[in-house]
Amino acid sequence: MSAVIAWVEAFNGKAIPATWEALAAARMLADKFAVPVVALIIGEGGEALAAEAGQFGADEVLLCADSSLNNYRLEAYAGVLTALVQSHHPRAVVAAATSRGRELLAASAADTDSPMLGDVLSLSVGDGWISADRAGYAGKVLSETQVVGGETQFVTVRSRAFKALDPKAGAAPQVSSLAPALSEDQIVSKVESFETEAGTVNLTDAAVIVSGGRGMANNPKDAPADAGDAAVWKARDGFANVLQPLADTLGAAVGASRAAVDAGYIPYAHQVGQTGKVVAPDLYIAAGISGAIQHQAGMRTSKIIVAINKDKEAPIFKMARYGLVGDLYQIIPALTAEVKKRLGK
Amino acid sequence: MSVVVFTRSTPDTAAKVEADASGGVSWGDAATVVNPWDEYALEEGILQAKAGAGKAVVVAIGGEMHSEALKHSLAMGLDEAARVEDAGIDPTDSLAYATAAAAVVKKIADVDLVLFGKESVDVGSDQHIVQTARKLGWTMLSYVSKIVAVDYAAKTIKVERMLEEGRQVVTSRLPVVISVMKDINEPRYPSFIGIRKASKAVIPLWSLGDLGIAAPPPRTKVARYKNLPARDTRFELIEGTPEEQAKVLVDRLIEEKVL
Ligand SMILES: Cc1cc2nc3c(=O)[nH]c(=O)nc-3n(C[C@H](O)[C@H](O)[C@H](O)COP(=O)(O)OP(=O)(O)OC[C@H]3O[C@@H](n4cnc5c(N)ncnc54)[C@H](O)[C@@H]3O)c2cc1C
Ligand SMILES: Nc1ncnc2c1ncn2[C@@H]1O[C@H](COP(=O)(O)O)[C@@H](O)[C@H]1O
Repeated sequence: MSAVIAWVEAFNGKAIPATWEALAAARMLADKFAVPVVALIIGEGGEALAAEAGQFGADEVLLCADSSLNNYRLEAYAGVLTALVQSHHPRAVVAAATSRGRELLAASAADTDSPMLGDVLSLSVGDGWISADRAGYAGKVLSETQVVGGETQFVTVRSRAFKALDPKAGAAPQVSSLAPALSEDQIVSKVESFETEAGTVNLTDAAVIVSGGRGMANNPKDAPADAGDAAVWKARDGFANVLQPLADTLGAAVGASRAAVDAGYIPYAHQVGQTGKVVAPDLYIAAGISGAIQHQAGMRTSKIIVAINKDKEAPIFKMARYGLVGDLYQIIPALTAEVKKRLGK
Repeated sequence: MSVVVFTRSTPDTAAKVEADASGGVSWGDAATVVNPWDEYALEEGILQAKAGAGKAVVVAIGGEMHSEALKHSLAMGLDEAARVEDAGIDPTDSLAYATAAAAVVKKIADVDLVLFGKESVDVGSDQHIVQTARKLGWTMLSYVSKIVAVDYAAKTIKVERMLEEGRQVVTSRLPVVISVMKDINEPRYPSFIGIRKASKAVIPLWSLGDLGIAAPPPRTKVARYKNLPARDTRFELIEGTPEEQAKVLVDRLIEEKVL
């Protein structure tokens, strides 16, 4: 098979948004190589996903379903992908640079001694070799990285760096099935439980992010006498009852600075920055965040940055398109009310 | 038993890093520090070596600058250090890195646990971690936020992993390669005695020959580093009462088509 394989990533049977962005990148590479795009769907619910993959640009679909593949596990999935690469020698394998996509492609690239360009921001092809811009040194520079050897070229693409194709109605890709590579007793790791965090919007997929920092502790509300640490109570109350309503109104995800995370105002999963998540939304609103270089590392490629800070000298204003100097506890509720009014919510 | 932790030196997180005209990268006279994510792996290495009554070995693959990270690790309390450098390995090529890393683990012998920080900020990647596990033929447990239980006699481990959608609890058999998240522990600071001891340590330097492997075939290379495209520097300060500020901001965001 001379093809570009796109791994279709799903969670609980539903494709994740970034997977169609990766499929668009696969389509671009396949067109350069003049080969088809084959979507690889591993696990349950593949038939519905197969039709969707066709709409988003796949020419053919390979389905691999087995009870050992119902929930993603690296060993089981890498077994499938590695066997496919070894038997069919595709030109490239592409996936979204999610937790799963990164490790799955890295594993198969290692198994087959293949080159891998991970978490790319852009792609180009010259002489059949792929070259990509990637973020280096915590996003402070770009590293232009090239494939220099090997057969199948593995690529993972950063969320929101590529645009998904407009879905084509009526596309009916040819679907074939593939056998699993390992049996359950060959798989060493077992998933005991999976606890999903209800209601959270995935930061890396979010088009709008509202983040709070240490300034969240300056909540004018009085902490109850039995609150323990008053600053922690105030900040948590602010995240839940001031920032979250704005996020809900905007359909946004909630982010935070490390200072807010370290002080226990909000869980680490929300941290944006060098040692948190790297995000690139259309709109990033930073409230009570000074804008330290390590915070910038995580949000500097946001399209529009809005800074709300009571200190007009805060470095965050140097990055912002719009700056609002003042108390976030007055500005955020006013903003929530205004957005509701204007968008008729 | 042994625990192996891989680390490297990266420019201080506050350093200004820039690409130069020839495509190289520099950070002026800014100091280097242990790759920020690795501090948690180093701390966990100390804790796990103690729990398993074994030793913790820290390894860096790359040039002399990485000795700084190794000295810091020894000062924190890891037992031994080694550095691998060879013209045949480009540490930015993940497959070359993983091939060397797997050979180091085999050389150290009797290793139950290999630890990495979540990613390396300089190469901006975690793929060399997974690839080290595959080259060893071991289970990879990535994004671990907690080691729930480990039994070095029975060779079993149970960890909590942090994924986009929530927390997963996984069991596996040792040996494993683990990449750790920030909230797994509270890294210690080096002690004065630790710093004194580390400054006198002689760190062995291994070549591919010492590891008993040939140079892996090159797969990727960094062609050049480039500076980021210039940011849009337009700035508008929105003044007035909070209600006035909110109104103007919403006007602008609607004009910008981000609402
Ligand atoms: C190795 C390393 C890694 C790091 N990684 C990260 C990372 O991933 N992410 C990250 O964010 N940081 C990171 N940091 C920390 C970073 O250096 C800063 O300490 C941190 O970002 C500061 O958070 P902050 O802006 O919330 O707090 P501060 O710097 O304390 O800023 C608080 C701001 O809130 C404003 N404020 C206070 N009250 C109000 C109010 N009522 N209304 C409006 N404004 C108000 C203040 O004027 C101030 O500007 C890292 C640091 C190191 C050394
Ligand atoms: N999306 C998922 N990813 C990984 N593991 C899961 C997922 N959903 C459920 N699990 C776990 O897989 C096992 C089977 O789950 P269930 O489908 O609920 O019977 C249980 O241990 C679940 O906790």
